[in-house]
Amino acid sequence: MSAPLVPLSGLKIATRKEMKKEGGCAASSCGSKAGPADMDPATWAKVKDHPCYSEEAHHYFARMHVAVAPACNIQCNYCNRKYDCANESRPGVVSERLTPEQAARKVLAVAAEVPQLSVLGIAGPGDAAYDWRRTRATFDLVAARLPDIRLCMSSNGLALPDHIDEIVAMNIDHVTITINAIDPEIGEKIYPWIFFGGKRRTGIEAATILRDRQLQSLEMLHQKGVLVKVNSVLIPGINDEHLIEVNKAVKERGAFLHNIMPLISDPAHGTHFGLTGQRGPTAAELKKVQDACAGGANLMRHCRQCRADAVGLLGEDRGQEFTLDKLPEVIEDAPEAREAYRAWVAEERRDRAAAAAEAVLPAAEKPTLFAVCTRGSGRINLHFGYATEFQIYEADADGIRFVGHRRADNYCLGGHGDSERMDEILRVLADVPYVLCAKIGEGPRNRLAAAGIEAIDSLGQDYIEAAIAAVLSTRSARKGGGAARRA
Amino acid sequence: MAFKIVTSQCTLCGACEFECPNAAITLRNDIYVIDPALCSECEGHFENPQCAEICPVPATCIPA
Ligand code: SF4
Ligand code: SF4
Repeated sequence: MSAPLVPLSGLKIATRKEMKKEGGCAASSCGSKAGPADMDPATWAKVKDHPCYSEEAHHYFARMHVAVAPACNIQCNYCNRKYDCANESRPGVVSERLTPEQAARKVLAVAAEVPQLSVLGIAGPGDAAYDWRRTRATFDLVAARLPDIRLCMSSNGLALPDHIDEIVAMNIDHVTITINAIDPEIGEKIYPWIFFGGKRRTGIEAATILRDRQLQSLEMLHQKGVLVKVNSVLIPGINDEHLIEVNKAVKERGAFLHNIMPLISDPAHGTHFGLTGQRGPTAAELKKVQDACAGGANLMRHCRQCRADAVGLLGEDRGQEFTLDKLPEVIEDAPEAREAYRAWVAEERRDRAAAAAEAVLPAAEKPTLFAVCTRGSGRINLHFGYATEFQIYEADADGIRFVGHRRADNYCLGGHGDSERMDEILRVLADVPYVLCAKIGEGPRNRLAAAGIEAIDSLGQDYIEAAIAAVLSTRSARKGGGAARRA
Repeated sequence: MAFKIVTSQCTLCGACEFECPNAAITLRNDIYVIDPALCSECEGHFENPQCAEICPVPATCIPA
């Protein structure tokens, strides 16, 4: 499940030119969203190294979360406090609880080992703004030792307005607020109670106070130049249609990104929704709501609901390597390695952008989905057999877009057998005609083919956009009766 | 007149410690306990006992 992070030796990977691939034509209709071209410089500077905010950065940088703030001031129907909070964490896995001092030690140890590290976040379980003393103490300790690491936090928003000035003073430049509803009648179905002003409140009153404080936080932070991402949990039958309203409301108030994530619901988690049979959305339902919201606040499609104590590139999880008992006694920081890594990434980004600009699609393509096996850097560089999730790209006449992830690690099913894994992959890729990977065995290739999915491993190590363009032009050449330009 | 914590149900979130106006709640040997000598059931501070109001687990902060 955990592919290694790109080791430093991997930095010597060939540039596109050295690989002597023939790119194709030259126009600029393709390109991953939210790259430097379509963002103002100040915003790009803030997000370029942040894997949770920049679709592009999540190919290169790692973030870690520490769980230091377990107390919470609201109850959500998708949360059972015996497990982790579903906001920014996977249910069913309990995080290591840390004091601020322990958390700071852990961050130092990870920073010394993982040059990709660029962000420290404090999220669930609990609420980072409500349990503010512990959040602040942790950030203070880390900022004193590692001034180059960015800080971010997430919150339900209820306590946030009380700490805005400190958040600004401490240079926390990213805050995530989870907003599932702006209509209190819908909010009431998601939040059984909140604790506010010395009282437990329920029903419409609770949902109204929460909504008002959330929107107030968003406005205040935006005014002070703090980037705000809004998370919404998609709960079919409760807020699915309403999320378009949420998207509009948060966009109006300056949210930089809106991340719509699926409810994960299972009776075994003991949550209210789990126990009452409320189901989570399918991949297609999620995409439908995300598509309906496109054009509002920038949508974030690469979130994988990492756990509160996750360490790694988004989607990988090395948390288990850095539990407290495994930390070395004396921790030497290695800022040079991080600097060298960042310099390499700057180079690689220019290279990838050039490759994407070269990649041109045949005209009049109707939208086609591609499932890509990658372990980062925007390249096709993962063996099909190691992929526990796929990056989904959509290509049509307007260009090539990243549209989300599909997991196939049987995480919620608990299955581990190869054949079960394959069943799960076929299920999540049902509407995807192409899989791009570094290598694939004959067995899996044939099973995919039987399901109408073509596996292509001849474009391994190439940049994703360039490879997709190559596949499509080969296909249209074939259709037009001409010979395929490349195998 | 004091409250107590049903230890077997407590998630160790610490919210009650944070809210208690009398600092009656402390973590001792990895469990939260209420000092009955300090607990006033929040009289004079709040309408309702704050620990019971904030605690996420039903019937965990209860009259002793
Ligand atoms: S009832 Fe009030 S005073 Fe007593 S422990 Fe709970 S919060 Fe503290
Ligand atoms: S609020 Fe409840 S669950 Fe949390 S520490 Fe206090 S007694 Fe335990």
